[in-house]
Amino acid sequence: MLMRAIAAACVSFTLASGPGLGAGGSGHVQDVDFSFEGPFGKFDQMQLQRGLKVYQEVCAACHGLRYVPFRTLGDAGGVGLNENEVKAIASLFDVFDPELDDFRPGKPVDNFPPNETQSAPDLSLMTKARAGFHGPYGTGINQLIRGIGGPEYLVSVLTAYTGEEREEAGTLLFENEAFPGGWLSMAPPLVDEMVEFADGSDNSAHAMAVDVAAFLTWAADPKMMARKQMGFIAVLLLVLLSGLLYLTNKAIWSPVKHRKSD
Amino acid sequence: MSGIPHDSYKPESRPARWLHRRLPVMSLIHDALMIPTPKNLNWWWIWGIVLMFCLVMQIVTGIVLAMHYTPHADMAFASIEHIMRNVNAGWAMRYLHANGASLFFLAVYIHMFRGLYYGSYKSPREVTWIIGMLIYVAMMATAFMGYVLPWGQMSFWGATVITGLFGAIPGIGETVQTWLLGGPAVDNPTLNRFFSLHYLLPFVIAGLVIVHVWGFHTTGNNNPSGVEVRRESKEEAARDTLPFWPYFVIKDLFALAVILVVFFAIVGFMPNYLGHPDNYIEANPLATPEHIVPEWYFLPFYAILRAFTSDVWVVQFTSFITGGIIDAKFFGVLAMFGSMLVMALAPWLDSSSVRSGRYRPMFKWWFALLAVDFLVLTWAGGRPAEGIYAIISLAGAAYWFIYFLIILPLLGVLEKPDPRPMSIEEDFDRMYPQENGGDEARPDGQGAA
Repeated sequence: MLMRAIAAACVSFTLASGPGLGAGGSGHVQDVDFSFEGPFGKFDQMQLQRGLKVYQEVCAACHGLRYVPFRTLGDAGGVGLNENEVKAIASLFDVFDPELDDFRPGKPVDNFPPNETQSAPDLSLMTKARAGFHGPYGTGINQLIRGIGGPEYLVSVLTAYTGEEREEAGTLLFENEAFPGGWLSMAPPLVDEMVEFADGSDNSAHAMAVDVAAFLTWAADPKMMARKQMGFIAVLLLVLLSGLLYLTNKAIWSPVKHRKSD
Repeated sequence: MSGIPHDSYKPESRPARWLHRRLPVMSLIHDALMIPTPKNLNWWWIWGIVLMFCLVMQIVTGIVLAMHYTPHADMAFASIEHIMRNVNAGWAMRYLHANGASLFFLAVYIHMFRGLYYGSYKSPREVTWIIGMLIYVAMMATAFMGYVLPWGQMSFWGATVITGLFGAIPGIGETVQTWLLGGPAVDNPTLNRFFSLHYLLPFVIAGLVIVHVWGFHTTGNNNPSGVEVRRESKEEAARDTLPFWPYFVIKDLFALAVILVVFFAIVGFMPNYLGHPDNYIEANPLATPEHIVPEWYFLPFYAILRAFTSDVWVVQFTSFITGGIIDAKFFGVLAMFGSMLVMALAPWLDSSSVRSGRYRPMFKWWFALLAVDFLVLTWAGGRPAEGIYAIISLAGAAYWFIYFLIILPLLGVLEKPDPRPMSIEEDFDRMYPQENGGDEARPDGQGAA
C-alpha cells in the first residue's frame, strides 16, 4: 500500500513538475486556440501561408530565420508550397554566398538569411524558446492539450502594446503588457490591413499576429505532423504489444498462482 | 554463477559439446537466463529491465546523433538544428535521446528507492549496491555533459555553475576547474572534452552494469519478503524460485511495454515538456538567464547544494572550526556529494537485522518520509533559492542526512520487527493460496492476478 501510494505520488509529481521549474517574471499572455494544439492538432496550411506572407512583408525587415531551409516550405504537413512557389519565395531574399563572396538571390537549397539587426533575435526557434512557463496558465500538463505556449506568447507580444513610449539611453522603448519587464525596443509591428491576403482573409493586426505565430511555430517545429503521427503509431503498437504481453504473462503465471491442492 | 542450487547447462548436441569444450558461452547465456529468481518479486522489481532498455536506447540513438553532430562552439547549436530539420528521422533520434535521459533517471530513482525500502543493499548485496551507486554517479556525469552538447543557454550556464562547484575546493579549486574546462571559462575546449567523455562514459556504465548483474546473480535477487532463498537442496530452492525465463522476462517486458506507451506519448506529443525553453537559445556568455535550472533529475541534489548558506549555524560552526577553509560554498558542495555518499554507505549505517521494510513498523514511516523528502527537494531545487524555498530546501537536506546518519543506525536498536515468513514459498502462498482440489474453479476468483 505504502509503495503504491508513493508510486502514484511519483507519477503525478513528474507530470506536474516540468515547465514550472523555471518560472520567471513575465507579462500577461493570452490564450489562443491554434489548430495544431493537442495530440490531434494539425497545422492549417492556409494559415501558415498567410503567416509566411506576414513574416516576409513585416518581420523579415529585422528578423532572420537562419535555421529554416527554403525547400522545407514545400514539405508536406507544413506550408506546402509547390516547387515554383518555393523558388519564387527564395529568390526574394538575398543570401550571402561564400563562394561568390557576395550576395545573390536565394535558391531552395539555401536557408532563410540571418538578420544581424541589433537586438532583433532570430525567429527560427522563437516559439520553442518562449515555450512552457510563459504560456497560458503558466505551468502544467496543459502542454499536452494546449500546446507549448510559445505561439501564444508571440501573439500576446505582438498585440499587447499600450501606446506608451519612452526614451532610454538613446533608444526608444515601447510599453508592452506581455513582454517581461514591460518595455521593449521593437515598435508595434502590425497595423490593421497592413498585409493583403489573396483570399481576402481577416487582416486585422490580431489575426495577422495569430497567423504569423502559427507560421513561426511551423518554422521552429517543422516535423510536428510527422512527430505526432509517429506518436500515434508507436502508442498504438505498444498498447497492442502490452495487451499481448499481458495475456502471455497471465497464461505463464496461471499454473503457478492457481495451484490445485492434491 | 548463482549460489542457488539449480540445473546448469548441459550441451546436448555434438556441435554444442564441441563449442562448450572450447568456449562455454552457451552455458553463460543459459545460466544467466535460467537463473532461479524468487517467485514473490512484485512490480517494483521491473525497473532493472527498463534501465537496461534505456542504456541500450541511449547508446543506439546517441551513436546515430554523433554521426551528425559537430562539437564546436560555433557550430554545435546549428548542427542540432541540422539534425532536427535535415537528417532523416533526426528529430526522432534527438527527442528519444533527450527524453530517454529522463526515463533513465526516473527508472533509476525508483530502482534505488526500491532497494532502500526492501533492504536490497544489506549483506550480502553490499557490492551490488556500491556498484549501483557508481553507475548512478556515472549516469549523472554523462547526463550533465550530454546536456551541454546542444550548446544552448542552459547548456552553457549549467556547465558554468556545475564546474564552478569544483572551484569551491579550497586551495586547488581554481586549478581543478581550469583543468576540467580546458581553460578559464566554459568554451570550445570544454565542449570538445564533454563530447568525448559523453561518448566514453556510457560504455563504462555498460561495463559496470555487467558487474552489477554479476553481483546479484552471485548472491541471488533480494525479494519483497527479504527472506533468502532456501539453498539446502535443489528441490527446496525450486519451491522458492522460478527461472528468470520465461516468468520474469515476460513480466518485465509487459511492464516495459506499458511504460513505453507513456514514453512514446511524451516523445510524440510533448517532447520538449521536460526540457528548458532557454536551451533553444544559442549559448551566449554575455547574457545570464534569469534562473539557471538544471534538468529535473538533478534538482534534489541541486537543492541540497544550495540549502547550506552562510546563515545556517552548522555552516558557521564548520567555518569557524576549520578556520574558514570550509566556507558556505564549499560546505554546499560537500553536502551534495555527502548526500550521495551516505546513501552509498547505507549497508553499514542500517543496523537492523531485518531486510525488508515490510516487516519494520517504524522504518516504514521514516522511509515514506524520505521518499516525500526526495520529491520535496526535487520541487524546491527548481525554485529560486530564497525565502520559503530556502527554508524548505534546508529542512529537506537536513532530513536526508538525519535519515541515513541517525535514523537508520538507531532503528535497528529501537524497533521491534513484525514476524516474517519462514520462506519465500510461504510469502507467495499467502498471496496466492492453494486452491480447493478437484476440477471446479473457485467461483469468487480469489487468487487472480
